[in-house]
Amino acid sequence: MTDTTIDQRTIRLQVNGRPVERTVPTRMTLGDFLRIELELTGTHFGCEHGVCGACTVLVDGMSMRSCLMLAVQAAGKSITTVEGLANGNALSPLQQAFWNNHGLQCGFCTPGMLTTLTEFLAHNDDPTETEIRDAISGNICRCTGYQSIVASTLEAARVIRDQKGAA
Amino acid sequence: MGAKWFGASVKRKEDPAFLTGKGRYVDDIKLPGMLYGYVLRSPHAHARFRTIDKSAALALPGVHAVYTFADMPESLQKQTIPLLVPSPAIKQVYMQHCLARDEACYVGEPIAIVVADSRYLAEDAAGLVDIDYEVLSAASDCADALKPGAPLVHTDATSNLAAFIPISVGDTDAAFAKAAHVFREQIFQHRGGPFFMECRGMIAAPDPAADSLTIYVSSQGPHRHKRVLLDLFDWADHQLRIVTPDVGGGFGPKGSFYAEYGALAACAMALRRPVKWIEDRHENFLSTQQERDQYWDMEIAVDKDAKILGVRGKLIHDAGAYIPWGVVLPWIAATTVPGPYVIPAYKLDVSVMFTNKVATSPVRGAGRPEAVVTMERLMDSVARQMKLDRAEVRRRNFITPEQMPYKVGIIFRDGRPVTYDSGDYPVCQEKALAAAGYDDFATRQEAARKQGRYIGLGFANAVEATGLGPYESATARVSTSGKITVYTGATPQGQSHKTTLAQIAADQFGCTPDDVTIVTADTAATALGVGSFAARTAVNAGSSVHLASIELSHKIKQFAAEMMEVAAEDVVLENGHAKVAGSDLTRSFKDIAARAVGMPGYSMAGGLTPGLEATSHFTPDQSTYSNGTHVAEVEVDIETGNVTILRYIVMHDCGTVINPMVVEGQVVGGVVHGVGNAFFERMVYDENAQPVSTHFGEYLLPTSTESPNVEILHMETPSPLNPLGVKGAGEGGTIPAIAALLSAVENALTPFGVIISEAPITPDRIVKLLGKAARGRTA
Repeated sequence: MTDTTIDQRTIRLQVNGRPVERTVPTRMTLGDFLRIELELTGTHFGCEHGVCGACTVLVDGMSMRSCLMLAVQAAGKSITTVEGLANGNALSPLQQAFWNNHGLQCGFCTPGMLTTLTEFLAHNDDPTETEIRDAISGNICRCTGYQSIVASTLEAARVIRDQKGAA
Repeated sequence: MGAKWFGASVKRKEDPAFLTGKGRYVDDIKLPGMLYGYVLRSPHAHARFRTIDKSAALALPGVHAVYTFADMPESLQKQTIPLLVPSPAIKQVYMQHCLARDEACYVGEPIAIVVADSRYLAEDAAGLVDIDYEVLSAASDCADALKPGAPLVHTDATSNLAAFIPISVGDTDAAFAKAAHVFREQIFQHRGGPFFMECRGMIAAPDPAADSLTIYVSSQGPHRHKRVLLDLFDWADHQLRIVTPDVGGGFGPKGSFYAEYGALAACAMALRRPVKWIEDRHENFLSTQQERDQYWDMEIAVDKDAKILGVRGKLIHDAGAYIPWGVVLPWIAATTVPGPYVIPAYKLDVSVMFTNKVATSPVRGAGRPEAVVTMERLMDSVARQMKLDRAEVRRRNFITPEQMPYKVGIIFRDGRPVTYDSGDYPVCQEKALAAAGYDDFATRQEAARKQGRYIGLGFANAVEATGLGPYESATARVSTSGKITVYTGATPQGQSHKTTLAQIAADQFGCTPDDVTIVTADTAATALGVGSFAARTAVNAGSSVHLASIELSHKIKQFAAEMMEVAAEDVVLENGHAKVAGSDLTRSFKDIAARAVGMPGYSMAGGLTPGLEATSHFTPDQSTYSNGTHVAEVEVDIETGNVTILRYIVMHDCGTVINPMVVEGQVVGGVVHGVGNAFFERMVYDENAQPVSTHFGEYLLPTSTESPNVEILHMETPSPLNPLGVKGAGEGGTIPAIAALLSAVENALTPFGVIISEAPITPDRIVKLLGKAARGRTA
């Protein structure tokens, strides 16, 4: 981007476990930084005003709207996007459960659902349906009606508990 | 060959990419040298303008151009976007130019495109473009637009009437003259916009070497867009290729051709560089088509036994400023009213009104939800006023399976008489109500009331025309590497076509769905295509894929038989090979495909036609008719007006089912779309037609905490109209949902005599309707 008239800063951060250093316009959102500068296009913009949740990424493990956060605010932080959720070629239990339970249709809100629920399951691996619905109440899905996302999350929680039990 | 994959809940082929961030939506595509466009839109619902000063914008570093109407090629100045669905009912044709010439007729109408090195810079520059608007009076409400003296939507129009559709079946006057009872209902219905999560977007990329343009667009079918652009630019077929990559939801309005598409193509051609434009959510509220307002004023005539003699009334429909889909939307609404009931006489006068708002076009359900609300409100009205059971009133009026195929007597928008092909409506209602515990609901309701809780049960029946023609394309091909690809004009937006169509093909090739790649929505891959809307893809594309796969499998067997010197009847296809049963003779698809393309210099004369390839364009004679019954149980808080959905049951018949998991996903998602329309979604305009609900904080979509768990029951009545027996499934979840939910709210509020005659019904309206009965109110 040749925004030469715009104030620029150099930032260093971790993205999906890799160190990144870039000089960016101070007004660039974190979401645009990920999508345009790093070409991590898995993070999607659905509203750009913080309501739909599609652009949610994890910042030091906490879910954040990447449309409401500037790239320069991510300096020194560790970012996880949907591209960083799988373990190599193996889908995470949550990703696998979404596949098993038809937890997605058009796939556009899915990255935000996955990041939001990844954070949620890290703190609560035995959730009730109500708790899951509450956790994703800030993520809009126009396709699924949420039911299959709830089912996916319940299955993922079971798998995560089983893995912990086995470990 | 037996169906192994058809009917199975196969996991989706689409998902691994989407789950790992590897989807390819239009905004994910980045081309070398690409520039970014921003569309400057009218801030006024109706305005004239003469001069556009772009000098300050052009002076900004990184800005390449500001294009207005005057900069468009001559062919785009001479023509508006063509009307693809003409009708004699249309009185005045207003279609928009790709950029407005000198009059803007809705807030959001494109006036200029700023092209810059980045989206950020393009938006900066757009703020510097100066346009001298002369604000004109605007027509906002469609019922007001019909009144004498209403402001004209277009300054040179004779009135605001876009079209008039008179629907008439039987002798309505006679029916009403002999009626024991006549009941009237006036119903206002509003459906908002599609609000797919991925906004619209497009990249136009000129290829100077080929003297052609390639377009990537988020759409519901690139072939119709190609037809429009060839017209607009007066190009030949080879000069334009349109591809639709992954699409983040469509729900109808992504099927339309939009002004921005033509204007952006012109920008890219002029700049000789790729230009991307991605709609942001604010633009989406202003400029993506919606379904919006309908005013129904209806009467129903019944005999002493509550048997329907006739239905008549008037419908005022909001077209918006232009009519891109002609009268398709109000036509579908008008012709869906009879539903599953025998209605000997039916008369509806439909006035389609221009307003100074963005154009309306079908949104999931496409006018049918409004028709079902209308008919089911009338049925509830008959039951209430004749003190009869709601289910019994419907039972007395159902079309029975013995009457199939049933001629309703009206002409559908496909030009064919509405003729239901199959279905068992009485059983559908009976089973749905049984699952809901309808018979003892009154007891539960009474017990709840004693605790101060107001629960209600509502239900609705619907019959839905699906699988409209004209056709969909499918070309099945085995490449010389032995791999199977099926190309189709079908254009998925989340409906799982890459899985379901692969299931259909796999059954013919003795392989798995993973062995078949479905390539969708590329005008370079199939010459013809229609696209995915109107719940038409299973019927049209599904049948075409089925027929092309059968033809190709025969051809593979014939080539293999010749190679192995056996009879084609003895050849079976299995795991990428043609085999002779009971022997070890086998040839791989790779070898057969190589044989089928021939060798340079060697004659194939007298043999089979070259190439392992077959094409089909299945052309249905008429629509197939899906049906369903929805039952909703709700609780209404009489203090706040809040409605909680306690249970939701769907009995659904969409013919044979390709993939039950996918169909259930479509149904549940559809129901929740209906929940939004019943309770939340409202596009609000002020009296000057200025939209005032332009973000997701003001326009509410259903979220996880308001959405019910839907219990689904299936019936499978195969359609006799296509080789697979399928009917459409994409909209049936939405169509009866609003009617069922309104009925449930009304039923909950029976002690207060509240009648629900509007959708959406919001908490503040419920409190208002309760009046003094609202808890905590004194006046």
